[in-house]
Amino acid sequence: MTTRTLISPAQLGRTRGKVVYWTVFAVVIAVFTLVFLGPLYWMATGGLKSAQEFVQAPPTSFPKSLHPGNYSQAWRVMDLSHLLLNTLWYAFGALAFQLVFDVAAAYSLSRLRPVFGKLILGMMLATLMIPATVLVVPQYITVLDVPLFHRNLLNSPWVIWLPSVTNAFNIFLLKRFFDSIPGELLDAAAMDGASRLRTLWSVVLPISRPILGVVSIFAVVGVWKDFLWPMLTLPDPGKQTLNVGIYSLASGVPENWLVAALGIASLPTLLIFLLFQRNIMGGLTAGGLKG
Amino acid sequence: MSAPTLATNEAQQRPGQLGSSRAKNSREGFARALRRNLSAHAFLIGAVLCFAFFSWFPMVREFILAFQKTKGGQTTWAGWSNLTYIFNDPAFWQAWRNTLLFTGLALVFGFAVPFLVAVTLNEFRHGQGYLRMLVYLPVMLPPVASVLLFKYFYDPGYGLFNRVLQILHLPQQQWLQDTHTAMLSVVIAATWMNMGGATLIYLAALQGIPGELYEAAELDGAGLLRKIWHVTIPQTRLILSLMLLMQIIATMQVFTEPFLLTGGEGPEGSTTTVVYLIYQYAFYFNNYGSAAALGLVLLVLLAGFSAAYVRLSRSSED
Repeated sequence: MTTRTLISPAQLGRTRGKVVYWTVFAVVIAVFTLVFLGPLYWMATGGLKSAQEFVQAPPTSFPKSLHPGNYSQAWRVMDLSHLLLNTLWYAFGALAFQLVFDVAAAYSLSRLRPVFGKLILGMMLATLMIPATVLVVPQYITVLDVPLFHRNLLNSPWVIWLPSVTNAFNIFLLKRFFDSIPGELLDAAAMDGASRLRTLWSVVLPISRPILGVVSIFAVVGVWKDFLWPMLTLPDPGKQTLNVGIYSLASGVPENWLVAALGIASLPTLLIFLLFQRNIMGGLTAGGLKG
Repeated sequence: MSAPTLATNEAQQRPGQLGSSRAKNSREGFARALRRNLSAHAFLIGAVLCFAFFSWFPMVREFILAFQKTKGGQTTWAGWSNLTYIFNDPAFWQAWRNTLLFTGLALVFGFAVPFLVAVTLNEFRHGQGYLRMLVYLPVMLPPVASVLLFKYFYDPGYGLFNRVLQILHLPQQQWLQDTHTAMLSVVIAATWMNMGGATLIYLAALQGIPGELYEAAELDGAGLLRKIWHVTIPQTRLILSLMLLMQIIATMQVFTEPFLLTGGEGPEGSTTTVVYLIYQYAFYFNNYGSAAALGLVLLVLLAGFSAAYVRLSRSSED
């Protein structure tokens, strides 16, 4: 089924319309492929070039001789496996914390309606009004010496995990979804003697799979792409994320190795994207606007 | 708040069941309310503690820091001196000029380009999935990869962009190393990296436009441009204004792209942004007070945009 758009079907049906349509279509396909896949092609082939060929002007469009060894050199010298494991550990830890704490909070605010619930929700949503970069300095000072506990969280995974829970947008998305679940469904579970936790686990969560998927992908991608916060709070080279680790080693390795490393670092997110394309792009628009 | 909830259902059932003793009823009701509240707060506690430590407390601290001074381990009240210090710093005004330039250029590219792309893609009966995937691809890359790629493309010696200019017989540029083109180069890279999200949101909005409106416009003899002006834009006005506000808020906080492309400052400070200056104050000069004061200025300036955004998005939900 096609919906009616800007250009009328009658106009498109005419010979002139068809010619214009296919010309524009071909140009757009060619330009977009060049603009968006071109850099990735350059990255993949750049990592195969020799150091000399890489800095040669004019640049070659295909490597004269292939040096796949660059990839293994980059992997070894920049200790990419370590950086990759670090990033995965931070990203999936943050995901776990967000799923447990944010889902529980959204469920409580949506269904259990505690006293001060509205105030708490309002204060959470108010954090969306504060530009994130403004909070970086006071947040950094806070994690140096967490009040009451007097712990320094620098270089520990907690410094990524705990602040990631303060994602008011995720709580808002989850709460809005829980609000839309019919009350009779939950009442029926309560009549059967299910506890609140049990109701959440066996009734609410199974229906909420689509929104949980969206929130999970945003959580993982958020940690994967973050730069300033991990750069400040994980200064130990052994604890760094891929982004920060590659950046801090960038000037110390030959260019062709560095580009090979960039290719390796891009691969996991590209795979996630190709696998979950539908969920990611659907979630972006279904969840509304993400700030 | 239209969906019925457990809490309200419980409240509605109560008066019908027990009518005999008012006092007993209210005491039981209180115990039940207490129990309900305890479990509800137990569900909330994890998130609330995280917000308290890592969001609400730092927010308050931002205001306190802006009016404090630390010298030799001694923290004292500084009054307005942090603010007067940053206003007298020439880098402050340059950072604001650069940031506004970035925001302005980013709106020309990052606001107009995705809309035009979305309008075009929406007309296609083929290959839409492929084109959508292409546009969104860079959003998924780790920023260090996309930014360093552009750094190589901008290289005046062996970079791809100068090669393209050479083929087109256009004058070569110094890109990131020239004060006139440095910020523009940052904007082009940032647009490539981030335009996917906006494009997909516009596409979704365009698909919600009823086809009859276009038919009616055609009956009135409207051409392509007039249909865009009188149907497409008014029908997507809300999403357009929301995206405009969101992009202003986001681009005024730009940090990663210039930091990775030019090291932050760029030639003669031509890419120093406000957030980079905050970073410099705090982490190069250990001057948390001035960093917080500058953050406060940014916060006040963006508060208006944030408030307008919240208001608009509320009105869209009704």
